[in-house]
Amino acid sequence: MRRNRMKLLPWIVTPALVVAIIATWHLVVTTRDVNPLIFPPPGEVGDAIAELLGEAELWTAAQVTVTEIIAGFLIAVLSGLFVGVVLGKLPWLERSVRPLIVIFQVSPKVAFVPLFVIWFGFGFTSKIVLAAILAFFPIMLNVLLGVRSVERGQREVMRSLNATRGQTFSQLEIRSLMPYMFAGMEVGIVLATIGAIVGEYLGGNDGLGNMVVSAMNSLDAARTFALILVLSFIGLALFLIVNELKRFFIPWHESVYGLQNRDA
Amino acid sequence: MTEMRSATEPDMTVDDPETETPRLRISDVGRDFHARSGVTHAVSGVDLTIRRSEFVALIGRSGCGKTTMLRMLGGLLPPTAGTIEVDGKSLWNNGRVDSSAITKLGFVFQEPNLFPWFPVIDNVALPLKLRGVGKRARRKRAAELAELVGLTGFEHSYPRELSGGMQQRAAIARALSTEPELLLMDEPFGALDALTRERMNLELQRIVLETSSTVVFVTHDIPEAVFLADRVVQMTPRPGRINKILPVGFDKPRDVDLQTTPEFNEIVRSLRHELDQEE
Repeated sequence: MRRNRMKLLPWIVTPALVVAIIATWHLVVTTRDVNPLIFPPPGEVGDAIAELLGEAELWTAAQVTVTEIIAGFLIAVLSGLFVGVVLGKLPWLERSVRPLIVIFQVSPKVAFVPLFVIWFGFGFTSKIVLAAILAFFPIMLNVLLGVRSVERGQREVMRSLNATRGQTFSQLEIRSLMPYMFAGMEVGIVLATIGAIVGEYLGGNDGLGNMVVSAMNSLDAARTFALILVLSFIGLALFLIVNELKRFFIPWHESVYGLQNRDA
Repeated sequence: MTEMRSATEPDMTVDDPETETPRLRISDVGRDFHARSGVTHAVSGVDLTIRRSEFVALIGRSGCGKTTMLRMLGGLLPPTAGTIEVDGKSLWNNGRVDSSAITKLGFVFQEPNLFPWFPVIDNVALPLKLRGVGKRARRKRAAELAELVGLTGFEHSYPRELSGGMQQRAAIARALSTEPELLLMDEPFGALDALTRERMNLELQRIVLETSSTVVFVTHDIPEAVFLADRVVQMTPRPGRINKILPVGFDKPRDVDLQTTPEFNEIVRSLRHELDQEE
């Protein structure tokens, strides 16, 4: 009984909240007589979304942007996993490159976009590079933490079984660091989305980011809003896909089964 | 590789327990730890010979070196002095563990240390997987072991779904999966409540008799040691050394009621007295 109510809760409350927000938005904009060029009422944004969805341009642009995000993200996952494992296994190397990592990590990577454009051109590549770089750090750092966090007792089991390094890696370490990697990936997919879009803002002639910029340039606030909502939806969808992958790959982990059984 | 090894080894006269190669021979073994504050002699000058199918309990206070001793026997910690031979073969050579000797061992830790990503059956079969046994063969073997330790019906459960006692049963099954010549147990039931512990002791006795395993069992619980062991080895700290070896002659299998007999309690009392005399 209680369990059912907990399950139903998001299906009732979340839509109610969305309706409340839209209603407030509508009320504020209409009663305060806000210039629709600055803040369009929800109705206009709704129309703009409907119009957008009918345009072929949106779908090709969305395809471009999603491709960039996924490509950048995959590069970040593979390189983050590799670098994280290597640095995790070789403490001396990690110590020597740590200052460089910190410097690179704190530098505003978005500021590199003009350079990426010079190096990789206005096309796909510069956006993929930015998306990959942004997503790389949280993934790599989480993997590094994961390699260091393998339980001592489990390591001793492998030692007492005379396991080879390769066996310890494949049976213990890689599986034990999966939850860490997924935590990094959940942050990483969001950053990859930001990276691709910012890349398109700053140096693009294609993609949804570019469409946002041109809508803004023609002072079409409703269309700009509509595009932002489309982008948010894409971001949400990608995040949910990563979340599903996590459920699929680490069903044994507390963060997955704990959520299902919390009220059981 | 291991099979070849055991095949080439001389089959010692099993009929005569006096002349056979002992399962385990510990000669003058010591272990020092070097710290900034100086050297600690965790274990020093330990001599002990253990026959096949013998159950030896190692008891003593915390810090008497019993766990250190077991870790050296299990290939987890190299000794700084002396030799350890398993079936006549040296376990440690220049600080490196001999891989053919270590495959004869099964280690049960204080914590179950199961892998949460494997269901029980794959946890139990892990040692076989590492030895390259095929999936079907090792699962079959693991199912038999699950039955032996009383986990039938839980083969496909994940460790988190099991109670502490059941997890430790799975860990025992895992250690037994390679049919070890020597089972090393480090306070395996220390984390369990008294009732579960008593039941696990009976189960362990049954399993050990069924598999005729040789066991070195570390505990700080004197009645537990006396109940299970053929010999109780009592260690004293600083430096960790053997103080007394006490044979326990009760017939096996032993019944829980044994623990209320005067003979049993006399042995427990004398061991407790011995421990109390330290300091």
